[in-house]
Amino acid sequence: MKTHTIVLNVNREIHMVTVRSADTLLYVLRSKLGLTGAKPGCLNGDCGACTVNVDGWPMKSCLMLAVEAVGKKITTIEGLKDTPIQQAFVENFAFQCGYCTPGFIMNCHSLIEQHPDADDEKIREWLESNICRCTGYEEIKNAIKSVLNKD
Amino acid sequence: MKVIGKSVIRKEAFDKVNGRALYTNDYHSVSMLSAKLVISPYGHARIISIEYKDALNMPGVRAILTGAHLPLTGESLRDRPPLAYDKVRYHGEAIAMVVADTPSQAKNAADRITIQYELLPVVNSPTEAFQPGTILVHPKLGDYVKEQDMNPVPGTNIASHVKIRKGNIEEGWKESETTVEASFSFAPSDHVAMETRCSIAEISPDGNVHIMTSSQAPFMVKQLIAAYFHEDLGKIIVTTPLVGGAYGGKASVQLELLAYLASKAVGGKPVKILNTREEDILTSPCHIGLDAKIKFGADQNGMLKAAEIQYLWDGGAYSDKAADMTRAAAADCTGPYHIDNVWCDSYCMYTNHPYAAPFRGFSHSELSFAIERTLNLLAEKLKIDPLELRRQNAILPGNTTPTQVLLNKSSVGNLPKCIDRLKELIQWEEGQVVEVSDRTIRAKGISCSWKTSTIEANAPSGVILTFNRDGSINLMSGVIEIGTGTKTVLAQILAERLKMDVDKIHVRMEVDTQTTPEHWKTVASRGTFMAGKALLEAAEDVIKQIKEVASPVLRAEKNDLEVANSRVFLKDNPSIGVDFKDIVYGYQFPNGNSIGGQIIGRGNYILRRISRMNPETGEGRPGPEWTVGAYGVEVEFDKIDYTYRLLRAVSVIDIGTVLNEKAAKGQVMGAMSIGLAFAGRETFYFDEFGRVLNPQLRTYRPLRYGENPEYLVDFVLTPQLDAPYGARGVGEHGLLGMPGALGNALSTAAGVSLHHLPLTPELIWRTKGGEENAFL
Repeated sequence: MKTHTIVLNVNREIHMVTVRSADTLLYVLRSKLGLTGAKPGCLNGDCGACTVNVDGWPMKSCLMLAVEAVGKKITTIEGLKDTPIQQAFVENFAFQCGYCTPGFIMNCHSLIEQHPDADDEKIREWLESNICRCTGYEEIKNAIKSVLNKD
Repeated sequence: MKVIGKSVIRKEAFDKVNGRALYTNDYHSVSMLSAKLVISPYGHARIISIEYKDALNMPGVRAILTGAHLPLTGESLRDRPPLAYDKVRYHGEAIAMVVADTPSQAKNAADRITIQYELLPVVNSPTEAFQPGTILVHPKLGDYVKEQDMNPVPGTNIASHVKIRKGNIEEGWKESETTVEASFSFAPSDHVAMETRCSIAEISPDGNVHIMTSSQAPFMVKQLIAAYFHEDLGKIIVTTPLVGGAYGGKASVQLELLAYLASKAVGGKPVKILNTREEDILTSPCHIGLDAKIKFGADQNGMLKAAEIQYLWDGGAYSDKAADMTRAAAADCTGPYHIDNVWCDSYCMYTNHPYAAPFRGFSHSELSFAIERTLNLLAEKLKIDPLELRRQNAILPGNTTPTQVLLNKSSVGNLPKCIDRLKELIQWEEGQVVEVSDRTIRAKGISCSWKTSTIEANAPSGVILTFNRDGSINLMSGVIEIGTGTKTVLAQILAERLKMDVDKIHVRMEVDTQTTPEHWKTVASRGTFMAGKALLEAAEDVIKQIKEVASPVLRAEKNDLEVANSRVFLKDNPSIGVDFKDIVYGYQFPNGNSIGGQIIGRGNYILRRISRMNPETGEGRPGPEWTVGAYGVEVEFDKIDYTYRLLRAVSVIDIGTVLNEKAAKGQVMGAMSIGLAFAGRETFYFDEFGRVLNPQLRTYRPLRYGENPEYLVDFVLTPQLDAPYGARGVGEHGLLGMPGALGNALSTAAGVSLHHLPLTPELIWRTKGGEENAFL
């Protein structure tokens, strides 16, 4: 079993971790760094519950190996503090069980950064990569639109 | 009312948007081992051999378990080995379990285990299972230990048979001028909670069994582990943190048993078992399938006179909770309509499919599809408007249910009012079909539902309230926070009763069966009703205690005191009083003398006057009240390729009282979303070996952002008199009418009668005879 000691930049902190070649970024974030905000949902890129932000873009951390993340800036839900999108999710009741929420928020946060003027079509294109099973998506739509419109 | 009805932010909201909300799989320790299952690749096969010597020698492997010598399990009927031995009965069934230091070591070893099978013929639908002389899934059915409500028929695939015999069916047919008869079917599907199921077990040297699990039923886990494995009930401590979606699927007890066995095999060390998505779909219990036959008779005015119903439930390989769903379906078999003569046979059938867990609505959305489609066929035959047909037959106070419960204004909601509001919201007068272009039309369909909750007649719920020194309250209830926000609603109920600030009520989210009073199971839209009743009793207890301590302090009769705004004071002179913080931990006089102590409130509730159903007629009171609702779906339909888009979906539900408006609407919209996905796209595709061909979210596709319709949700408010502030259960009801309403919309749009789910363009094409006309 081949292991590597790598340096990861997560939430503006430098971490040195020893990982297997096959370890996903999701596994290392959760099991080695204790950042359990990113959730496993399918380990297949289908559900988006594990979404984090890598160099400003949303990334499903189950589809990225930890060794691929070296030299990149990784932001997880734990790295967001009092952002408008977090507040908007609370105010709009945009979650129930909360399991998909970190992934949705990281995706929304990246969208707001990349496309502050996103229209409905752009929002749909981005957010259809995540699954929420509790809400009917109406509240999530209200949350993201309230932040985009504010800007 | 100050707090009731307000959209109070859920108590765990900030944890959830900061990634700090913890679910079972988020708990991990260095010493924790991992378990991995080996599952059956076939629907039905004899196990010839299991070879695991190589696997046992793999790095990190601590134990490998197989199923021989394990006791049979099953909630109503002990028919299920925790690990299959001798034979497998469904695709995905667990056969062996590896326990290793890490998840990858466990997986590598599990991949090394080789199992030889001899294929057996597969029972691939409940109708096949029902044929006389067919293959038996459980030849030893007669030997299994069973609960009192179970009626298995040994020598068949019938795990339980529930009968409804109301009125005189022959008379009913005589009074009927018009009859319709139709059959419906759909295969099992899945709940798709985003959190896959996970359990952790550890057995300490003193014999205490610690389980942490993503469950709706930790108290049932405790009971069942004690019963199956002869452990002392009090030594089993089950903890459930936040649960990442459940929808009924986590009311079944399965992985907990495996985690317990795994820990036992490694000397009690902590072991975690986490489902992959594929295992969550295949191995853990699924959403039930159904084959139904409905026959309705009506007089010349369109009044229903007779109903003859056969439900063949696809319980899958093991009866577990499917047997209870079979009973619940019988109890409400007709849908929310008044019919004097009812004959229903509801069968829990064994097949070689994954076995069934409860699914939000507990068999009601499923039966409702069959009932509501048949009603539309009847309306067509009678040439009556389908909405009017429902309105004139709507169940009312004074009517009786199929199990002969006489309803009153409290025990059933106001269905005609729901239908009237639906009529406005869906713009029924505009017409059921509107041309949009040469190619597309808009079409509408409607449906109605009702549901009572057929949970155990002696199901309990308890609440404990403790005070903090600052006068704030800790609220402890056994209700699991599965996403419904029930615990926040409980805080609102308490704030309302004590007339205090809801922010001063702290809710304990985690449940552990040792220190939290029991709430039977967090199922059946019963959390607010039962825990709310217990909570109100606890609130009364607290008020009584506070007044007792305050009486000598304020030198006033207890009856002259009032509690509000975290204070106890004289009713007629509120300026004379004492703050909670000075009294709820005992009152101290100026010289140091103290009286009272920490105020600890308690309350409990047990369902009352619920009775078993008569095995021959079904007569009995299965649940406390019936929530009713009316639904509509509007689609834009392409007449050429039969694709469609969901435009609008309407639910009007008699909720009694709105306790938290945004939360209630969120519950209903979320339920509608699941219902539309179940109706329109979700199913297991089986091959001839009983294999599920689509056990991944890439091929099994829930609704995604933007695929949802516009939701219109409204409430009718007919209070349930014995419920907290009159509120009726509402967690499930948004789902119930969606399959029927979508089925009716698309049948109207396509001009054919649709009888199967999911309602895909391909199904419509096949139903229209597209296959014969295909030229490619």
